[in-house]
Amino acid sequence: MTERRRPDELAILPSDEVPTDATRVADFTPDLIDVGEHHLCPGCGEPIAIRAVVDAIALLGLADKSVAVFGIGCSTAFSNNLDVEVLQALHGRAPSVATGVARVRPGLAVFTIQGDGDMANEGLQEVLHAAARGENIVCIMLNNGVFGETGGHLTVTTTIGQRTKNTIEGRNAAEHGHPMRIAEMLAQIDGVGYVARGAVNDAGNVARTKRMMVDAFTAQQQGLGLSFVEVLTMCPTGWFVPTDEAPDYLAETIAGTHGVGVLRSALESDSPG
Amino acid sequence: MTTRLVEGSEAFAHAMVGAGCRFFAGYPMTPFTEVLEHMASALPPVGGVCMNAESELEAVGMVWGAAAAGARAATGSTGQGLSLMQESIAEAALAGIGFVVLNMARGQGDYFQATRGGGHGDYRTPVLAPSGPAEVGELIADAFDLADRWRNPVLVVGDYYMAHTWVDVDGAEEMLEPRPAPAWTLDGSSGGTGGAKLVSPLGTTKQRDGVGYDLAAHYEHADQQRRNMAEGIAPRAETTDTDDAEVVLVAYGTMARYAESVVSLLRAEGRAVGLVRPITLWPFPEAAVAAAAEGSRIVAVYENNAGQMIDDVKLSVLGAVPVIGLNGYRTDSSAFGISPDVSVEQLTASVRDLLETS
Repeated sequence: MTERRRPDELAILPSDEVPTDATRVADFTPDLIDVGEHHLCPGCGEPIAIRAVVDAIALLGLADKSVAVFGIGCSTAFSNNLDVEVLQALHGRAPSVATGVARVRPGLAVFTIQGDGDMANEGLQEVLHAAARGENIVCIMLNNGVFGETGGHLTVTTTIGQRTKNTIEGRNAAEHGHPMRIAEMLAQIDGVGYVARGAVNDAGNVARTKRMMVDAFTAQQQGLGLSFVEVLTMCPTGWFVPTDEAPDYLAETIAGTHGVGVLRSALESDSPG
Repeated sequence: MTTRLVEGSEAFAHAMVGAGCRFFAGYPMTPFTEVLEHMASALPPVGGVCMNAESELEAVGMVWGAAAAGARAATGSTGQGLSLMQESIAEAALAGIGFVVLNMARGQGDYFQATRGGGHGDYRTPVLAPSGPAEVGELIADAFDLADRWRNPVLVVGDYYMAHTWVDVDGAEEMLEPRPAPAWTLDGSSGGTGGAKLVSPLGTTKQRDGVGYDLAAHYEHADQQRRNMAEGIAPRAETTDTDDAEVVLVAYGTMARYAESVVSLLRAEGRAVGLVRPITLWPFPEAAVAAAAEGSRIVAVYENNAGQMIDDVKLSVLGAVPVIGLNGYRTDSSAFGISPDVSVEQLTASVRDLLETS
C-alpha cells in the first residue's frame, strides 16, 4: 500500500525541465500529435491515454475522417495539439456536441475526450442519453477520480478513502456519498456497441488500453452504436502522492473500485489480448 | 399566388426549412412545443435531422456541433428553456459558431434576456422580432444569413400569440437548398495534413504555432468581431404616422399589432398618434426612435412586461421628450403572456388620456 503523505510533507519535486546539456536521441511523438511537450504535471497519465487514442486513429486510417470533441479539464491541453480536426465543447457538453457533428456528417469517426469531472459530474446525463440513442460516436472518459485542473477535488468517481482537497481526511460514504462506476452504468444501456475500462499505470495496461481504443473505433466504424472507453489515469498532484508512486496508487486504490476490463462488446472478435 | 392557412408555429418551421435549415434540436415547452412538432415532420423529408433533445442543455449542444459541422442549424424554447441554454449561446459567440435560436416567449418579459444576453461574458446576439407570422419568413431567412455572416448566434423572438394564431402564408415562396458548408466548418478532411482545423471558444491558435491558446489575443479578436457586428448590422424599424405625432408609441412583436390598430383608430378621428415598431431589438433602432420622438410631446412604450424596452427607448430619446411605460398588466392565470389587459380598447383609452393630459 502506498504511504499517503500530507501535502506539506511532500518533498519538493525536481524540475521537469530538460537539462541544458541533454541531447535528444529520439522523438516518439505520434504523427497526429503536433507538439510532444505539454504543460500537464509530471507523472500525469492523460498524455499516455491521448496517445492511445491517436495511435488507434492512425492505425485504422481515420486521421482525415475524424472529428475530436474535447471537454474542459486538464485534457483540454491537447485540444489544440492534435493533427485531427477538433471542436471544443463546454464543460459537460461534449456528447451532445458530438451528436450534432455525427448527425450532420454520419460518415465520420466522431469522438469525445472528457475527464471524469466533465463527463460524470457536470454532464452525466449527456453520455447516458447519447448511449441510449445509439449515437454512433466514441466517448472517452479519462478518469483520475479528481477535478485535476482545479487542483484535486472530489468527483463522483473518487474512491472511498481517497484524499482530495475537499475530502482531506479521505472520502467516506456517510459524509460524501459513494463513487459511481460509469463504465458499468453504460454497459447496461441498449444502444452501446462497446464498453471497456483501461488504465495507463503500467505497460501491460497501456497496451490493453490501445487495443480497447482500436476496438472502440472499429465498433464505431461498423455502426454498432456508442462506444465508451474509460481510462484510469494517474494524477499524482491531485492524489498527493509522489510522482513515481502514482502508478501503484492507481493499481492499489482506484482500480480496486473501477476494475479494468471489457464490459460489453458487439464486435464479432475483439483484438487479441 | 397560392396561400395556405397555417398555425403560426408552422410558419416558423416552414420558414426555417425554406431558409435551408437542415438541423433542429428542441425540448418541448409551451408555446415553443408546436414549432418542434412541425420541425419533426418537416425536416426528414428534405434530408434534415430533428432531434428530440433530452434537455435544453443538450439541444443547444447538438446545435453547436451541427453548426460547426457546416449545417444551417437552429434550436429554441421559451424564456425558461433559453435560460438553460445561455452558457452555450455566450460561448458560441466566442467560438464563432453561428446558429438561430427561437424564443417563443411568454409575454415580453424576456426582452432583457434577449437583448442583453442571458449568459456570461462580453458578447452580443442580434435579435429579430417579427410582429406576426406573416413577417416570419423574411426574418427567419435574415436570421440565418446574419448567423452565417457574423458567425454568431442570432435570436428570433416570437410569443404565444404568434405560435398559436392561424394565418395565411404564401405557400409558393422559394425553398432554398442548403448552402454549401462554410470553409471554417469541420468535415474531418484537414486531419493528418499538418494543419488540422480547430473550432473553439478558447481560440484557434495551436501549440505548433508556438503559443498554444492565446486567450488575450482571442478575446481581443472576439471583441473586434463584436464591434464589427454592431456596426455592420443595420438597425431596422417600421414607423407609422410619426411625422406630426403628438404621442409616439413604441412597441414590438405582437404588442405592436395592437398599437397599429390603435394608431389607425385614432388617426381616423384625426388624432396625432404614431408608432415606431423596432424589428431589430439588437442593434436597437435608436435613430428611428429619436427621429420619431422629435417634435412629439411624449413617447409611450407599450410592452407586455414591467418595463424593459423602455430603457432602450430612453437611451434613444436621450431626454428630448418624456418617455413613459404603458404596462403594469394583470398577469393572466396561465402566465403565458396573454393578459386580459392587453387589448385595443384599453390601449386606446390610455393613449386618449395621454393626448388630453400630457
